[in-house]
Order: sequence, then C-alpha cells, then structure tokens
Amino acid sequence: MTDILNILLLLFLIVCAVGVAHIRDLLSAVILFSAFGLIMAIIWQQLGAPDIAMVEAALGTGVAALLLIAAISKTKRAE
Amino acid sequence: MLEDQIVRITSRLVAPFIQVYGIYVILHGHLSPGGGFSGGAIFGASLVLIALSFNLEAGVKQISHQTASVLESGGALGFTVTGLIAIALGGNYLANRAAGFPLGEAGQFFSSGAIMVITVFVGIKVASTITTLFYNIIEKETPHGNSKQAD
Repeated sequence: MTDILNILLLLFLIVCAVGVAHIRDLLSAVILFSAFGLIMAIIWQQLGAPDIAMVEAALGTGVAALLLIAAISKTKRAE
Repeated sequence: MLEDQIVRITSRLVAPFIQVYGIYVILHGHLSPGGGFSGGAIFGASLVLIALSFNLEAGVKQISHQTASVLESGGALGFTVTGLIAIALGGNYLANRAAGFPLGEAGQFFSSGAIMVITVFVGIKVASTITTLFYNIIEKETPHGNSKQAD
C-alpha cells in the first residue's frame, strides 16, 4: 500500500519537474514548482525525515514561490 | 500588488494560524521535529504572505524594514552571547550541562537549558531574514540610489 503511494508520488514528482522545464508561462511554471515542493515534502516525510519535510513545505513551497511571484510581478510574465 | 478579494480574505484568515504554528515549532524545537530554522521559516512566510497579498505598506505595518534588520542582527548577537555565557560559566563555547545551565526534567517544556534560548534566537534571525529578503526584492529602486516603497 505504501509502495503504491510512494511510486505515485515519485511519478507526480517527475511530471512536475518535466512540466516546470517545458511550460512557457512563467506563473504556471512557479505554481508547478510549488506543487513539486509539496510532493517533495510528502516524500521526505515518507523517508522518515519530518523536520526536513517541514522546512521543505515552508521554504520550497511557500517562500520560494512567493519570491518568484514577486520577481515575475517586477518583470514580464511570458518567457 | 494582487487585487484579488479571495486571496486577501484567505490570507488574512490564515496568517494568524501560520504565525501561532511557527511560534509553536520554535518553542518545541527541543522536543519535537522542527526547531529554530523550520519555525522561523514558517513565521517569516506568514509575514511575506501578508505583504504579498495586500501591499507593501500592510506588510511594513506588521514589521518594518528597520525592525527586521535590527531583529536579524539581534538574533545573531543573542546566539553569540548565549554561547559566550557558557564560556563565562566555565565550559566550552555553547556548552550546556558542563557550564551549569539548569536542565530541568527531561521531556517537559522547560527541559533543555540553553538550547531553547538558542532556538528562539535562531527563529528570530531566520524569520527576519526571510522578511528582509522579500522587502529587498519588492522595493522599487529610485535613480538617487535610496530605495522607495512599491505600491
């Protein structure tokens, strides 16, 4: 059961990573990157590192996305 | 910056809970997963969320640029002074039990001597660093060189 969950999470992770690299709209890329961070946080939790999961959920999902959105709001949205 | 009512109301509702959770993670750093860095990042994210969803003035009303800089330096200073107190009490730098800090009862809230004090200082430092980072990105540069607040 946990194996199926882990495999699904890893598949979502790969899809998100490829999507961030390929998508043209920068705001969509930031949102996909945020989803990548959220899945990564759950994977850290599955690997038995809850403190790293906490940092990843706060920094990788929250603050990094907010800083990138701030950068987009200062520049152009299209690539 | 963002003129969306749903984003504003949601972040106004959620921000106090994020801040309480950040303080909880900082204060229970010696008992549960997390600690100064995690809790400080969560607390700083809530301040950045307010400044991003409303505008920079609303964020500056919460914690101004000057205050964030002072807290950032003060966190590092408090960490250093806590380490030096251990030297003054006769131990190594950042020594805890060897320097004679009262350790308390294991598993209780006040149970780790100087570690909780150090964790609080690290949390202050990280939260204000994240806030300062966001303010520096979002502020408008004027031609005279000094920074002016963006709308």
